[in-house]
Amino acid sequence: MSDPRTVRVASGQGFWGDWQEAPKLQVRSGDIDYLMLDYLAEITMSILQKQRVKDPAAGYARDFVPLILDLAPDLVSGGVRVVTNAGGVNPAACRDALVRGLAGVETSRPLRIAIVTGDDLMARLDELLGAGHSLRNMETGAPLEEIRDRVYSANAYIGMAPILEALKQEADVVVTGRSTDTALTYGPLAHEFGWAEDDWDRLAAGVVAGHINECGAQAAGGNTLFDWESVDLAIPGYPIIEAAADGSFVVTKHPSLGGRVTWATVTEQLVYEMGDPADYITPDCVADFGTVAVRDEGGDRVRISGVRGGPRTDLLKVSIAYHAGFKATGGLTYAGPDAVAKARRADSILRARLDRAGLRFDEIRTEYVGAGACLGLEPGPGAGELPEVGLRIGVRAAERAPVEAFTREIAPLILAGPPTVTGFAGGRPRVQDVMAYWPALIDRSAVETELRVEVTDA
Amino acid sequence: MKVRLSRVAFARSGDKGDTANVGVIALSPAAYEHLVREVTPARVKEHFAGVCRGDVERFELPNLYALNFLLHESLGGGGTVSLMLDAQGKTFGAGILSMAVEVPEAVVEACDRVSSGIEPGRPLAEE
Repeated sequence: MSDPRTVRVASGQGFWGDWQEAPKLQVRSGDIDYLMLDYLAEITMSILQKQRVKDPAAGYARDFVPLILDLAPDLVSGGVRVVTNAGGVNPAACRDALVRGLAGVETSRPLRIAIVTGDDLMARLDELLGAGHSLRNMETGAPLEEIRDRVYSANAYIGMAPILEALKQEADVVVTGRSTDTALTYGPLAHEFGWAEDDWDRLAAGVVAGHINECGAQAAGGNTLFDWESVDLAIPGYPIIEAAADGSFVVTKHPSLGGRVTWATVTEQLVYEMGDPADYITPDCVADFGTVAVRDEGGDRVRISGVRGGPRTDLLKVSIAYHAGFKATGGLTYAGPDAVAKARRADSILRARLDRAGLRFDEIRTEYVGAGACLGLEPGPGAGELPEVGLRIGVRAAERAPVEAFTREIAPLILAGPPTVTGFAGGRPRVQDVMAYWPALIDRSAVETELRVEVTDA
Repeated sequence: MKVRLSRVAFARSGDKGDTANVGVIALSPAAYEHLVREVTPARVKEHFAGVCRGDVERFELPNLYALNFLLHESLGGGGTVSLMLDAQGKTFGAGILSMAVEVPEAVVEACDRVSSGIEPGRPLAEE
């Protein structure tokens, strides 16, 4: 007999720094079964790793803890379960902070918290290299040895298995590290509907659902270009996936909230960060986005069906971040007439001073904001009429010293440079560490044997 | 007739490392075949000459009436390496829509009706 239920997985966070009200509204504005919260981007892991080096109790998305303390009574009373990768490079510390905080929160029963560990390969890198896992850069083919001493973080993108295990153990809150973003949505669906681990089509449908959910409001009117002026985004409803056992699902949102779900908003999100659509690789299957059928049912309901998928590969992707020097970006604003010409003159003066000081950079980039900078365009013939233009200059070097020296050369332009300059209130530009990204592949068995699920009642 | 791509399509863009992706979505199913003919990888490469240092790959998604472009070596190194204002290619989607394309007048007019909300952009779901 077929399972007649639908399961609702709501998206509450599309990146670390997303709107903190969104997950609360998702829980409190209507019925949902799961709340998924995606905090991790490629670069986030290295930032978290840096925090953990300074403080062993850091390295996770800190915003997540107060959010759960606020929501705990609602999660218990509404039977809503949370699945998140907020654990970053330190899921145990995230769990500990939750346990401490929940001691002061009144709920009718304890909250069961599960953490997933084992995706973090940082401490195992030399062991893995020694065992013949070369972790070559999958784009350039270069061996990891080239940058081994500068590696800051190394995490395998893991799939749904530990999430399924945590949900089976009746966790209310599942905190993972580098779970693949889509697994935060398809994990709960596979758990609820008992999808087999080789049910490629249904898993692929879950991956498509996860792709729609993983960027928060972006599937529900946020950032939507089509008819953007008419979308009310003041208090937006983030997307909700309403899935059936056969893998088909409806993308929707809470009716009382703003935002919009149409064929256009969903299609925009489907093509976002897309590579080869026929070959969307995840740890649990390969989804074919060329099979996705989109039907707008009206009333903020868009039905997705027909998704096909293929077998998972024997490899997992590893996201490695390494230190690749220093950079700084600074800027000033020049007002017209001749705003661009003044900004150009300031740029050549600055470069002459950097030259005179004998500073060497791997790259110096000058952009004229307001005159085509977003698309890398040189100011065109009409740019002479601009009322003002932003001069934006960035430098990058292997050593810190020249970048530091550059940061001291912006302010002098205010008095010892072209006229009608303003916009220098922010002080000297900050020297930033450059974290470069090293994508690699690894045999899944080398990671999966180390995955652990730990459950705590708090 | 010659029109800007924005008359017959909309778009969204994003990043993966040093590669930008630009998804171009036809406003109507009828417009899609004209996108396939007009918006070629060579033209996209030329349109993004200011940022694109590598190859442009194109994937067709007839099920979505959409094209997906990968613009390699286009984000100044990507991630935090990049010194670009738009290091994640977020604006490339809007940027591609200024490209000039040749599309029959009737198709353009039908797309205008979608843009102004008079007609749905896709067939409505059956009851």
